[in-house]
Amino acid sequence: MMGDHPGALIRVSQLWKSYPDTAVLERINLEVERNEFVTVVGASGCGKTTFFKLLLGEEQPTRGTIFVGGKPLSPEPGKDRGVVFQRYSVFPHLTVLENVLLGLELRRSKFLCRSFGRRRREELEQCEEMLDRVGLLPSANAYPDALSGGMQQRLALSQTLITGPEILLLDEPFGALDPGIRSDMHELVRELYRELKLTVLMITHDLSEGFRLGTRLLVFDKVRVDPQAPEAYGATITYDVPVTRNRNNGNGLADVSQARVQGTGAGNA
Amino acid sequence: MRLINLRPSRGAALIVAALPFAALIVVYLVFSDLRIEANPNDKLLPSMESFAEAIRRMAFEPSVRTGEILLWADTAASLQRLFIGIGVSALAGFTFGILNGLIPWFSATWSPLVRVVSMIPPMAVLPILFITFGLGELAKVVLIVFGTAPFIMRDLEQRVRELPREQIVKAQTLDANTWQIVVRVVAPQVLPRLMDAVRLSLGAAWLFLIAAEAIASTEGLGYRIFLVRRYLAMDVILPYVAWITLLAFLLDVGFRRFNAFFFPWYGTSR
Ligand SMILES: Nc1ncnc2c1ncn2[C@@H]1O[C@H](COP(=O)(O)OP(=O)(O)OP(=O)(O)O)[C@@H](O)[C@H]1O
Ligand SMILES: [Mg+2]
Repeated sequence: MMGDHPGALIRVSQLWKSYPDTAVLERINLEVERNEFVTVVGASGCGKTTFFKLLLGEEQPTRGTIFVGGKPLSPEPGKDRGVVFQRYSVFPHLTVLENVLLGLELRRSKFLCRSFGRRRREELEQCEEMLDRVGLLPSANAYPDALSGGMQQRLALSQTLITGPEILLLDEPFGALDPGIRSDMHELVRELYRELKLTVLMITHDLSEGFRLGTRLLVFDKVRVDPQAPEAYGATITYDVPVTRNRNNGNGLADVSQARVQGTGAGNA
Repeated sequence: MRLINLRPSRGAALIVAALPFAALIVVYLVFSDLRIEANPNDKLLPSMESFAEAIRRMAFEPSVRTGEILLWADTAASLQRLFIGIGVSALAGFTFGILNGLIPWFSATWSPLVRVVSMIPPMAVLPILFITFGLGELAKVVLIVFGTAPFIMRDLEQRVRELPREQIVKAQTLDANTWQIVVRVVAPQVLPRLMDAVRLSLGAAWLFLIAAEAIASTEGLGYRIFLVRRYLAMDVILPYVAWITLLAFLLDVGFRRFNAFFFPWYGTSR
């Protein structure tokens, strides 16, 4: 099985996840290549966040396997998978600059957890460059609470990306933002995705956001429903659609002709 | 306008806040005068003059017996016990709270014990403490620790659990190990919460301190109050109570200021 797509960065096969009295996910099969931008949509409560928790290693699958870079996922979060949540992604007790610096300090200094001297100056420079890149340099010494929602998410992005993760998981990162700020953020994420050659998975509630940003769109839904017991069956990936982008206006178009129902097919893995 | 929407201005708030205090003092003076008029030797509600005399005797003149100024000696003895006791509790609470809140194996081992110990009424074990540790300083300090540490431990454990899970996951994606998560993410964020927990336990700490001093001591604010009670010396007891209240108030304000100064991000983030 491994030989089919040796290059696939993320390979999920026959993944099931249930909690004691709720089935959340069933028969998830997915392969994500390097440098794909996968957007994930689906009804509220259908298990998108749960899927991300499995990818992060924060929760363990009930059945099935996840391989990242050809290796089975270690059962805890790690540095190859960066994440930005809708809220609580940044540390309220650190200033903007300290928030970004944290990842570098943690990497270099395992015991003191702080860097000093010339190394610190180099790291600070690197952080300032990153903050400049996302437009936060003027607020470098503010605490996150003093920032607007959009600025906090910019901070969360730079904090995650400074350590250079291969995979970026975004769980409704712009869900709480105003439409105008949202489109600024879309631009930023697109640019960072291209510059840093990231592999992005992003959950969104906004289908048009999914089409506009991604190179591929996944739809999570339940294919089996028991009206008496809605929690009896889990959701799976029902549509897996490549998105071809129209360069002129930046709007993505779904190539619906290629859409395929994947839910029941175990053969895709 | 509705009553719930009427707010006093700053000045008005100050004035109305002063009114109950002024009323209390006036009522006291009136009744004190009435009683002293009826019986010049009355001790229950001393006059202002006897207060001034008692304060001069206790706070400004060395005692004939020991050569010390009693109020200061008592204050020093009591505050020392209080600070050592509450300091040990804070340290224990900080350590146990973080470990219990963050490390499942640690909390599986220790949380049940802490919960059971926190149910024991501290005053009920005071005799055991006196028997075990003698009548010296140690028993009094241990009583304060016994009475406040379990609360602080449990409170801090709860505060650690309340940190958004997202933060802990985020730190792990930044490659933090457990030690680094404690040092950079958890400890700095629960430090101001520790100060709050300690501040809220000060009331209990004073209670246990005064109780222990009342039973076995040779100096201390609680000891003095219970000693002069035998002579119905209200002229000493009331100023001592006022002094203890003032100390408690200043400590409370001090802790609040400390948090506001050292943790500027705290309070706004909730
Ligand atoms: N720890 C848990 N124990 C039991 N059930 C859980 C647990 N975590 C999640 N669930 C259930 O799993 C289902 C999916 O939750 P999840 O948060 O993954 O949905 P989601 O697709 O991210 O929804 P939304 O779009 O609203 O964010 C929900 O019905 C939820 O009740
Ligand atoms: Mg979700």
